[in-house]
Amino acid sequence: MSDMITRGTQLSNVSLAGDSSGGGAGRQPVARFILRSPLAVASLCYLAILLLAAVAAPVLAPYDPGALDLERVLLGPTAEHLLGTDPLGRDVLSRLMYAGQVSFVNASIAVVTYLLVGVSSGLIAGFLGGWTDRVFAWVVDLLIAIPALIVLLVVISVFGGNVVVAMVALGILGAPGFARVVRAVTLAVRNELYISAAKVIGLPNRHIIAKHVLPQVAGPILVHGSLFCGAALLIDAGLAYLGFAVDPGAPTWGGMIVEASTVMQQQLWLLVPPGVTLGLATLSFALLGDSIRDARAERSARVVVRPSRGKHRVEAEPTPAPSQDAAEGREIPLLEVKSMCVTLSTENGPAAVVENVSLHIGSGETVGLVGESGCGKSILAKSVLGLLPAGGRVAGGSVVFDGINMVTAERRAVRRLRGSEIAMISQEPIASLDPVFTVGQQVGELVRRHHGEGRRASRERMMDLLADVALPDPGQVARRYPHELSGGMAQRVAIAMALAGEPRLLIADEPTTALDVTVQEEILELLRDLQHERGMAILLISHDWGVVAENCRRAYVMYAGHVVESCTVSELFTQPAHPYTVGLLASAPRRTQPGGVIPAIPGRVPSPGYWPRGCHFAPRCYLASVECTEDSVPLVESAPGHLTRCLHHELITA
Amino acid sequence: MFRLVVRRLLVSVVLIFVISLLTFVLQALAPGDMAQTILRSGSTGGLGGGYSDEQYAELRQELGIDRPLLAQYGGWLAGAVGGDLGTSPISGLDVRSAIISRLPVTMSLVVLGTIVTVIVGVGMGVASAVRGGRLGKLIDVLALVGFAMPSFWLGLLLMSLFAVTLGVLPATGYVPIDVSVGDWARSMILPVSTLALSGIAVFAKQSRDSMLDALSRDYVQMLRANGASESSVVLRHALRNAAIPVVTLAGLMFIGLFSGAVFIENVFSLPGVGRLLVQATNQHDLPVVQGVVVMLALVVVVINLGIDLLYGWLNPKVRVT
Repeated sequence: MSDMITRGTQLSNVSLAGDSSGGGAGRQPVARFILRSPLAVASLCYLAILLLAAVAAPVLAPYDPGALDLERVLLGPTAEHLLGTDPLGRDVLSRLMYAGQVSFVNASIAVVTYLLVGVSSGLIAGFLGGWTDRVFAWVVDLLIAIPALIVLLVVISVFGGNVVVAMVALGILGAPGFARVVRAVTLAVRNELYISAAKVIGLPNRHIIAKHVLPQVAGPILVHGSLFCGAALLIDAGLAYLGFAVDPGAPTWGGMIVEASTVMQQQLWLLVPPGVTLGLATLSFALLGDSIRDARAERSARVVVRPSRGKHRVEAEPTPAPSQDAAEGREIPLLEVKSMCVTLSTENGPAAVVENVSLHIGSGETVGLVGESGCGKSILAKSVLGLLPAGGRVAGGSVVFDGINMVTAERRAVRRLRGSEIAMISQEPIASLDPVFTVGQQVGELVRRHHGEGRRASRERMMDLLADVALPDPGQVARRYPHELSGGMAQRVAIAMALAGEPRLLIADEPTTALDVTVQEEILELLRDLQHERGMAILLISHDWGVVAENCRRAYVMYAGHVVESCTVSELFTQPAHPYTVGLLASAPRRTQPGGVIPAIPGRVPSPGYWPRGCHFAPRCYLASVECTEDSVPLVESAPGHLTRCLHHELITA
Repeated sequence: MFRLVVRRLLVSVVLIFVISLLTFVLQALAPGDMAQTILRSGSTGGLGGGYSDEQYAELRQELGIDRPLLAQYGGWLAGAVGGDLGTSPISGLDVRSAIISRLPVTMSLVVLGTIVTVIVGVGMGVASAVRGGRLGKLIDVLALVGFAMPSFWLGLLLMSLFAVTLGVLPATGYVPIDVSVGDWARSMILPVSTLALSGIAVFAKQSRDSMLDALSRDYVQMLRANGASESSVVLRHALRNAAIPVVTLAGLMFIGLFSGAVFIENVFSLPGVGRLLVQATNQHDLPVVQGVVVMLALVVVVINLGIDLLYGWLNPKVRVT
């Protein structure tokens, strides 16, 4: 507990991460929330009783704290002495109450200093910035690096046991961590637009601080103040325990523990009252701090959480089998997803993100999956690999890869397929590599995992792989860390990792979105070459029509969890049969006339859990009629091999 | 990396210098001086409370505290650089050897305390990040209790249970490691447990949070998607990334435990630096206090340097700068 000051700040810093950002939202009374938490109420009550007992000790205490009664020493709890008596026959309860006075006064001195120093230095550093801020950072680093108690002891030794000075010093020593929080909040507020505006108008700084900064700092003040109060009580008792008290005769909680420790073998009970009183007081302050923080977090979260608009029913629907001998003359597909439903957990319970999706990919085929962001494309891809985020669940349907149903198969079986049968690359190539291992270590790990050869053979294979993805100088790239790579190189490395197990299907989730335009084409070319050499199938997820047109023969268009249209790419471009596809095609920049306005589909993709009844696209659709919103719209075959989820597809194709 | 270490070393030298100067200035600001303390305590002549101005002036000269403050500090610094931290005017002992003879006790406590805290804390944190559920709640409760429980009180309870009631462990005292490794270990169990208990949960919380953060990263998902084994994903990739913030905390923890050791040494009557400091503080024995502070500042510097090196090893991005 002595390293409290440091730990107290750590504890609060750990849990306070992001605290500064949540400050601005809403203005609901924190007090009401705290009063709803039974633990916080209990803490408040306990502290109130303790404070009252201390303040009113001269009136309430049953005995004089110094009154000796040598005939009744070391009594346990009795009716006369509720908490027993000490080795000199003094009443423990009365001493406890009087000791509370000293403790609370000392703790308040420390806390007031802590808040004054923390708020003022944090405000100044955050508001002025520049070299003031650098000096601030330096001093904070210095203070945090010194064991606080040791400095405290130096202060006590120099000032000859003056507890007030010691408590002021404690406040100063504890302040750096808090000052950092205040600085962060101040900095965030200062950078807000309206503050710049206020400065331009010429509002004085003190006005800006009082009106805009201080309200934001109020939360951290309460949270940290409460935690530090607990810490100060402990340190105060600790100093008394070590024998540094102003008046050796006056009772203190720490002093009572020392007295108890000398007679531990005769009367262990004496340890209990001061220890428990003190421990509970600190615990109460900590709990109070926690609930204030939770209350604030809740308050800022509430802006996002909205009541659900009715339950969304998820039920499987029969998919119309496209005419068996349709254009591509398909055999048994490599991957077949049937009526798959995926849900993610939200505050309002599970929400469907993918609904009744069916798709299939043949060996060696490249299939596109197109749609705006937030349509469920990535989630669909992840659920194929059994890699849904926490709270995600495949709620229905099946994913059959080469005869194995990945939804019902054992987890081990699914794991065995990853990398060796189905692999994946993602849209953030650098983030998809582990920053602390070299390229060689990462690719090598997967090579060994899939092939289990000796060191030399693995290394050769790894180098071959790096050469296969057309990296210049593979030997040198293998020694680099991800942050030393360009986006294009990182994506090549990611592709090498995906190829390590020689998969038969590669899921490429927007593989070029984050790359420069010039690099995009190189990566796509590489994918085409690799596919040509290895004959693997590719599921290419993209929102870029150009990418889809160049690489895929067939494509699925997804909107708000549904596949709304699927056919060959050429048909998709020439004869779209769904209004969403029509809108998407029209809004592709390269299809507009130079100088013309890029048309956009009005509105936005609804979030999961807020999908409308019937056709999900109806609210944004220029063809929508009453029937579209009444019942769910089935997929129908508008032409052989061409599926659309639109009631009015004849109006488009006509 | 090399430049980073050099820069940190330079900052460290400044740090030690500033700390020693601050303690010196504080002493000058304080009411009363060492001569008064010695004369009042009567340790030199048994004079008790009364002493003459001449005696006082003579002693001041003898102690060298009649010189200007800067000259005093210069003299002390010259000695300190050569390893001479002065002599205690109260006990008459050489400060450096007094500290060095007590250092093994404190170091045993703090090093073992850190090791136990890190191993148990990180273990709990990782387990709760991977498994979740009940262990996470336990960590939250432990963190609160560890925060709130006075360590000296906890130490007394443990002592009364294991030493007094059960009689399985020694209650107090220290056995040097070169006398008997077994007895040394036995004498350390209770103090180290007390010291570690409060920090474990803080550590578990931090490592759980960094572990959860690491596990949510893209590269973890990609490694899994491309067939890396689950144990490698968790223990090799996620843990190594999660270790970066945890190492910073371990450094702070180590330094914090020196404060904790002051209490623990008092509870378990261990003859360590902490007790020396408390004693010196009580007796207003400034050379000893100053010596301990400088020694601790040195330890802090060494620890920070070690943390920096470890950090560079863990995080390749730091290595380049």
